[in-house]
Amino acid sequence: MSRYRRRRLVNRAMEVLATVAALVAVGVLAVVVISVARRGAGAVSWGFFTKPQALFGQPGGGIANALVGTALLVLLATAMALPVGVLSAIYLTEFARRSVAVPIQVVIDVLAGLPTIVIGIFVYALLVVGHTQSGYAGAFALAVIMLPLIARATQEVLLLVPDTLREASLALGVRRWRTVIGVILPSSVGGILTGTVLAVARAAGETAPLLFTSSIFANTVQTDVTKALPNIPVLIFTYSEQPDPALHQQAWAAALVLMAFVLLASLAAKALLARSRRKLAR
Amino acid sequence: MTESFTIAPVIDVTQVRPDSHAGEREVVFDIHDLTVSYGRVTAISDVNLQIHRNIITAIIGPSGCGKSTFIRCLNRMNDLVPGTRIEGQILYQGSDLYASGVDPVEVRRRIGMVFQKANPFPKSIYDNVAWGPRVLGMRKDLDERVEKALRSAALWDEVKDRLKKNALSLSGGQQQRLCIARAIAVEPEVLLLDEPASALDPIATSAIEDLMHHLKREYTLVIVTHNMQQAARVADLTAFFSLEVDENRRSGVLVEYDATSKIFTNPSDKRTEDYVTGRFG
Repeated sequence: MSRYRRRRLVNRAMEVLATVAALVAVGVLAVVVISVARRGAGAVSWGFFTKPQALFGQPGGGIANALVGTALLVLLATAMALPVGVLSAIYLTEFARRSVAVPIQVVIDVLAGLPTIVIGIFVYALLVVGHTQSGYAGAFALAVIMLPLIARATQEVLLLVPDTLREASLALGVRRWRTVIGVILPSSVGGILTGTVLAVARAAGETAPLLFTSSIFANTVQTDVTKALPNIPVLIFTYSEQPDPALHQQAWAAALVLMAFVLLASLAAKALLARSRRKLAR
Repeated sequence: MTESFTIAPVIDVTQVRPDSHAGEREVVFDIHDLTVSYGRVTAISDVNLQIHRNIITAIIGPSGCGKSTFIRCLNRMNDLVPGTRIEGQILYQGSDLYASGVDPVEVRRRIGMVFQKANPFPKSIYDNVAWGPRVLGMRKDLDERVEKALRSAALWDEVKDRLKKNALSLSGGQQQRLCIARAIAVEPEVLLLDEPASALDPIATSAIEDLMHHLKREYTLVIVTHNMQQAARVADLTAFFSLEVDENRRSGVLVEYDATSKIFTNPSDKRTEDYVTGRFG
């Protein structure tokens, strides 16, 4: 009787603890969103998106140049990381022997855990020292961050493709590479896109690597990737260090825009994943 | 296995006489002392067998006796399983399938396979059949080729108005016939069927069996089945595999290989008799 009671109580206690933990997680996010929105929403207007940063000491201005710059940086980074990430995932799941796949897997996982400031310094030493800061360098640093995320996500979705489909194709006398292109990739495109969107969301907010590689820029819309590109994270960082409260508000507003982007990207990723799951379902 | 075996003592399997048959027909596969092991586990040992052109050869036997292992050796599908070791020799039309210069992809091109579970690609019905020929460079008259394959698989009339529909919308039996159409669209010389009807209902099963009777005019067919009635209905020759357990080793062996009627009515080996009369398995 008492043992029964104990087990019931323990079960109840654990359930309560788990529920509280989940609520705390949601609560933290809610506090962040609310406080950022409260401080920044006032500065969000049409002009905030369309006007570039104001010259130093002048009022007004927006984040148009930083938006364009961040879009360019992320686009370029995706163009670098997506093919390499997808191909390495294909190599690991479809071609590599176990003895080769395991160490490579470890390396990719380590890369995923590398502090972004380390990646920033590395790219700084590699591409910036002796040259200048540039969009290329910034995008490359972001690509290094995105690569393991895309590779991991792709691997997981490739493993979801049933082996019976691989067998079906190989039994026709089709080569493995054609099997990958014709059968495996089409059924996993959704999942790969999901992983990419999440990686994009992550890269869009990375600050540390860009401080080293793309932080000295003009307050105008800039599309030349051989020069440092203005971007949202660095803008938030520099504005937050200014004495002007108006700039503080703009920093909060930019943070709000970034958060909204990440939220939308996650929702899009979820929808894409659901779509690709349906496609493979029997 | 929980099937109830009610094989009548006399089964009329037409026209088959072991010696006359085997003697006349060209040998497609000539298998010598085939032993297959996965890691340290031996799946089948010392199989000797000849498979002849344009007849249906059935492989029967209890679960785990190595039927699937055997058939998957015939088109080198076992190469895809890491740790597989193959000893002995499989001659395909006189040449060694496992010789060093042989490209397993080319082997599979010429020796097609249909699997236990229907595995259509998540593509349209048309593309399921057309994809193989397209990739393998048989792009000429693709529509005719697809139609011919679907007709041969007795599926054309059911799908001709919805070729663009997803193949996964078909029923299980239709999906399996689509897989057969897909396999024959690339014009293999041999068709291996690994329990092609085990997941199907009796009506779909009988459609597949009728189909096999038609296909044997053009193809050499090898079918693995755990359904003895099916072997009795479709096969000309039947090979009975069993699981041999001696000391601490267990592996599949070929017990008896003969005309289907002989296997089911008057087997030479006690183990075959026990199996076909339902005393074990």
